Amino acid sequence: METVFTPWASLGGGVLIGLAATLLMLFLGRIMGATGILAGLLTPSSGSEFAWRGAVLLGMVSGPLALLVITGNMPAVQVPVSTPMLIGGGLLVGVGVTFGSGCTSGHGVCGMARLSPRSIAATLTFMIATFATVYVVRHVIGV
Amino acid sequence: MRLIFSYLIGLVFGTGIALSGMANPAKVLNFFDVAGSWDPSLIFVMGGALVTTFIGYRLVFGRTAPVLADAFQVPVSRTIDARLLGGSVVFGVGWGIAGFCPGGALPALGTGRWEVFAFTAAVIAGIFLAKFLQSQGGRTRRAAA
Repeated sequence: METVFTPWASLGGGVLIGLAATLLMLFLGRIMGATGILAGLLTPSSGSEFAWRGAVLLGMVSGPLALLVITGNMPAVQVPVSTPMLIGGGLLVGVGVTFGSGCTSGHGVCGMARLSPRSIAATLTFMIATFATVYVVRHVIGV
Repeated sequence: MRLIFSYLIGLVFGTGIALSGMANPAKVLNFFDVAGSWDPSLIFVMGGALVTTFIGYRLVFGRTAPVLADAFQVPVSRTIDARLLGGSVVFGVGWGIAGFCPGGALPALGTGRWEVFAFTAAVIAGIFLAKFLQSQGGRTRRAAA
């Protein structure tokens, strides 16, 4: 499935992601990691710890609607994989980010911006694994 | 006050993800498909996010404390171990199979598409599975950061 190269929208979106990461550190002193926010909501914690993560999640989920209001278009969600791949991939993502203590946002953006050696190692590792997986799935297995 | 700021910060993040294309698995997978239908857009997402956060954090860490909290809470561990790298490999394989990562999927829930809910439910199941495996391993280290 071909997709259109969108350098400006992607750059603008990236700047907004970085702005959100900066603001969360400025106001709450926390890392803007999707894994930490989701896992934090699934783990027993104090009411205030649960509440700020829940509020961030609600804000995230409102993002597509905000884009609809601003641009008149919902963001495209094209899923070029089968349901078993979606579920199996999701399971692996859940296991991996828990053992690896983070994902693209926590390690790839926030940790790399702090020049954390752990985050740099984690990001290089998962990027290489993802490149290799997509190559195998699309060009070796041929799904 | 904390909750209003948290909501608005989540909204900025979610709007950024939606605008960037990270919520679209076809676009994410095409970024990784250098040998096929390559779409380099995600370099601009990562670049924009990383440069902004790098500069932003430097300004923020000039303060002694956050505006609405007592202290900055950032991970202090510098240990690169098998758990970190093994977990990252498993995450990368899952990302390459499904096309969603957690930061892309959570905002994409707002589109109401069933595929995003199915993926997110599987991620949650995976988190619980990993926590179970960790508890069976008899380890006491705290896992998810």
